[in-house]
Amino acid sequence: MNFSGLLRLAVQSIRNRALTTTLTVISIALSVALLIGVEHIRTSARESFQGTISQTDLIVGARSGPIQLLLYSVFHMGSATSNISFESYEKYRDHPAVEWTIPISLGDSHRGYRVVATDQNFYEHYRYRGDRRIELQDGTTAGDIFDVVLGSEVAAKLNYPVGKKIVLSHGMATRSLLNHEDKPFTVVGILKRTSTPVDRSLYITLEGMEAIHVDWQSGAPPMYGEEIPAERIRAMNLKVEQITAFLLRSKSRMLTLQLQREVNTDAGEALLGIIPGVTLSELWQTIGYAESALLIVTVVVVLVGLTGMLMSIYTSLNERRREMAILRSLGAGPRKILALFVLESGLLSCAGCVLGVVLECLGLLVAQPVVEDQLGLYLSIDFLSGVELAYLALVVAAGFLIGLVPAARAYRNALADGLTIRV
Amino acid sequence: MTIEINQLKFAYIRGRRASETAPVILDIERLQLASGERVFLHGPSGSGKTTLLGLLGGVLAAPGPGQIQVLGQDLAAMSGPRRDAFRGSHLGYIFQMFNLIPYLNVEENIVLPCRLNPERRARLNGRGLKDAARELADHLGIAEYLEQPVTRLSVGQQQRVAAARALIGSPEIIIADEPTSALDADRREKFIELLFRNCEESKATVLFVSHDRALLPLFDRGVSLPEINRATEVVA
Repeated sequence: MNFSGLLRLAVQSIRNRALTTTLTVISIALSVALLIGVEHIRTSARESFQGTISQTDLIVGARSGPIQLLLYSVFHMGSATSNISFESYEKYRDHPAVEWTIPISLGDSHRGYRVVATDQNFYEHYRYRGDRRIELQDGTTAGDIFDVVLGSEVAAKLNYPVGKKIVLSHGMATRSLLNHEDKPFTVVGILKRTSTPVDRSLYITLEGMEAIHVDWQSGAPPMYGEEIPAERIRAMNLKVEQITAFLLRSKSRMLTLQLQREVNTDAGEALLGIIPGVTLSELWQTIGYAESALLIVTVVVVLVGLTGMLMSIYTSLNERRREMAILRSLGAGPRKILALFVLESGLLSCAGCVLGVVLECLGLLVAQPVVEDQLGLYLSIDFLSGVELAYLALVVAAGFLIGLVPAARAYRNALADGLTIRV
Repeated sequence: MTIEINQLKFAYIRGRRASETAPVILDIERLQLASGERVFLHGPSGSGKTTLLGLLGGVLAAPGPGQIQVLGQDLAAMSGPRRDAFRGSHLGYIFQMFNLIPYLNVEENIVLPCRLNPERRARLNGRGLKDAARELADHLGIAEYLEQPVTRLSVGQQQRVAAARALIGSPEIIIADEPTSALDADRREKFIELLFRNCEESKATVLFVSHDRALLPLFDRGVSLPEINRATEVVA
């Protein structure tokens, strides 16, 4: 009895029970899609996070939790509890061990997108995904007090061209009650897409940030009639008092640790300096438990899917007893009967895997823009990674193994029944 | 001799040790089928027919050397898989009913032995599977159903498909186990005549098992299993 005859028979038998096998394949496919999807999202989330910031040795902000500092300064999640003085910033900016710094001042927004106040260093020194730098798609960088540069997504979603006048809001609410209506900003440039949180931000100058709050008193907007008009602000000699945090590149790795110690023990102000890579891995450790739990759940889901297949094949055994006796009369040995069943479950799990990968890709295509929009995660859609392929191989192997259970039963039946047809 | 049985004693093994055997079911001194002979084997149920067919087909292991020879080969000397292949290549089976694989159409059912046994396929003498199936279907009057699912056929038509499947690749021996019991009297004789006509072409030996003695005159010779089986304790 040759293999191709056996394979052909297995395929035809599967086709005959189209409904149940389709359901079986779908349940395996869904579980595989979930497994691969979770793995994919897991790894691309890490890549996305890790690629957001590069070449920055230290992030310095007011003393709080390291993860909190990392999240609000780079990922635009959460907010700073307090600011740091500009004097502290100047001290480290001019420090001999420091190559460059990028100051960041947060707190305002525009229609839900964060406004980041910074200076020219940002356009010059900020790096992501290795050595990629910020590039302009249109216009220039923000130089004047009321200049604003848009991240690519902000520009695309809100459909703002260069030259458009926009109003910034105080705080992060999408519909803020506190708008800086008296001091509109002009879009002077639009950044190229980076697939990082940069795309979802607006960039103004530190002076601009100072200007819109110059007439505010202890966190409250000016009373009616007390607003200082924009024209007068230009004439004022604005001085930046404080910033939220700054990114720092030191001249060498050795100096980074020295600088970190210096920042953390700064006598003048309670500062916190973190190494982004270190804090990111701390973050992953925190999330790691959730990740493993998720992975375990998906593995169980796959097992459930495979068990469904086991049951559907097992229940078909009795009605197929006659078929087995006929096959035996045609020269199929008990081992061939065993092989037939194992082949069947193997084929079903293969089909489940293929369909699962297709479903996962479709799911990613649908989810990608939503996830990027809502969670700020860039999900890459690329060919299956080695780990994902290994998972698929494991699922197929498990399918074959599970097929052994009904196959063993069929084998025993075949031995017992011989050529006797049992209906 | 196509089939030669000498001093056959057979009992199923019960329990794990070979010594714990069940009562002897078959005890046949001698049974011979000559090439091309059509033999009618009859006996009530429980007389050991199924066991005998199991032994001849090599599904049950023959107990010792020299007791069962098929086509000059000692079945006891073969391994299990070898016996399976031997059966697939040289024997054609027709069962009582439900003879066909339900998910294959008529043609696929007919050619199945050739797909499963390369040796059987080689006996088509270079003809394609399709041609061979069509020729047999023509002879058996089922050519118009070749593309149809077997579940749509009547029982009589199904049995003819089963006959075509047993005959394809011209095996030396056709074993028919109560193939006509589901047919009415008129159709029984027609089916047997049809079967014989096709066996004549391939000069196959026919062993036809039935409890219906009315069919006996159609055969060269009849053998009563209760008469040749000396096993006293017969269990159903």
